[in-house]
This record gives sequence, C-alpha cells and structure tokens, in this order.
Amino acid sequence: MSAAILFWAVLVAQLLLAAAMCCAVVRLLQGPRAQDRVLALDTLYVNAAILLLVFGIRTGSPLYFEAALLISLLGFVATAALAKFLLRGEVIE
Amino acid sequence: MTHAVELPLWAAIVVACLLLLGAFLTLVGSIGLLRLRDFYARVHAPTLATTLGIGCVLLASMLFFTVLQTRPVLHEVLITAFMVLTTPVTLMLLTRASLYRDRREGSPDVPPIPARPLPKDGAER
Repeated sequence: MSAAILFWAVLVAQLLLAAAMCCAVVRLLQGPRAQDRVLALDTLYVNAAILLLVFGIRTGSPLYFEAALLISLLGFVATAALAKFLLRGEVIE
Repeated sequence: MTHAVELPLWAAIVVACLLLLGAFLTLVGSIGLLRLRDFYARVHAPTLATTLGIGCVLLASMLFFTVLQTRPVLHEVLITAFMVLTTPVTLMLLTRASLYRDRREGSPDVPPIPARPLPKDGAER
C-alpha cells in the first residue's frame, strides 16, 4: 500500500518537474536577452537538483543526494560567473 | 519501489504530499519564468523553486531515509542551507548586471542613474 502511494507520488512529481524543466528550456531558447538565458539556466540547475532528489527517493539510494549537492554548487558558481561576465565583460580581471 | 514496502503508511502519505507540493511549486515557479513580462518580474519567479520547492522535496527525502533506515538522516540540511545562502547572492548579481546593461543602452524601462549629491564645502571628503 505505502509502496503504491509512493510510486504514484514519485511518478507525478517527476512529470511535474519535467514540465518545469521544459518551461525553463523554452525560456532559455527564446529569452530575448542574455540575462533571461542566464536566469533560465539557473532555474534549470535547481530543477535538475530537485529531480535528482526525487530519483534518490525512487531508488532508495543515498548516492543521488551527492549529485544534487554537486549540481547546486556548480549552478551557483556558473550563475555567479555568468553574471560577472555580463557586468564586466570578463570573468577574472 | 521494493525498498519502500516496509515504510509505514503515515510516512508514505506525508512523503507523497511533500513531494507533490514541492514539485508543484517548482512547476509554478518555472511557469512564472515563462509567462511574466519582463526580466525584473521574471527574476522573482524561480525563487519559489529554490526555497519552497527544494525545501519540501528535501523534507520528504529526510523523512523517507530517516524512517527507512531507523536513524536520523540529516545531511539534506546541507543543500537547504546552501540554496538559502546562495540564491539571493546570484540573483542580486544577475539583476545588477541586467540593470547596468539596460542603463548603458538608455532603456526607458529602468530608472536612470541617480545624480550624485555635490560635496558640500567643509564636509568630510
């Protein structure tokens, strides 16, 4: 019973997250300006981290947690570097 | 999902509700990213995903592994703390970059650079 509840909840959550990632990809492709694309990329990173956590619940393996932590870390560094690039024209001065 | 058979029913229901709520809030944030009209409105939408969405999913994950392994599993707090600390920093950096670019192009949608007050005589320099 609890396995069935969890199975369907995880499935629906994965579908919702996939739809969210599709929205972010559409904004990434059509975003009128560079900052819109960077924002969409940041959202995509966060959505991927959440999707990996849901995968971890689905498989019962705690290994996915570390992948999610890495993705959120890299997302922070990437977005900060891209914002610096938009602001100054170069990342490291 | 064979590992979830020994999960008690109450834990399964709570984990399922938290997962659905987190995924739904993330979807709402991404739809906002797609639908809102300009960048300064859009930059607010994904924060729904980075705070409430990932918070709910992390709570669900913590509860799931705590009940399943019958010991407290709290390392998900790391991601929560990290997201709460880094999201404002990155989004403010991005918004400042966008404001700078818009002002340089003389866009009419953003307020101009405020005039710097003249230094008064005798005031500290």
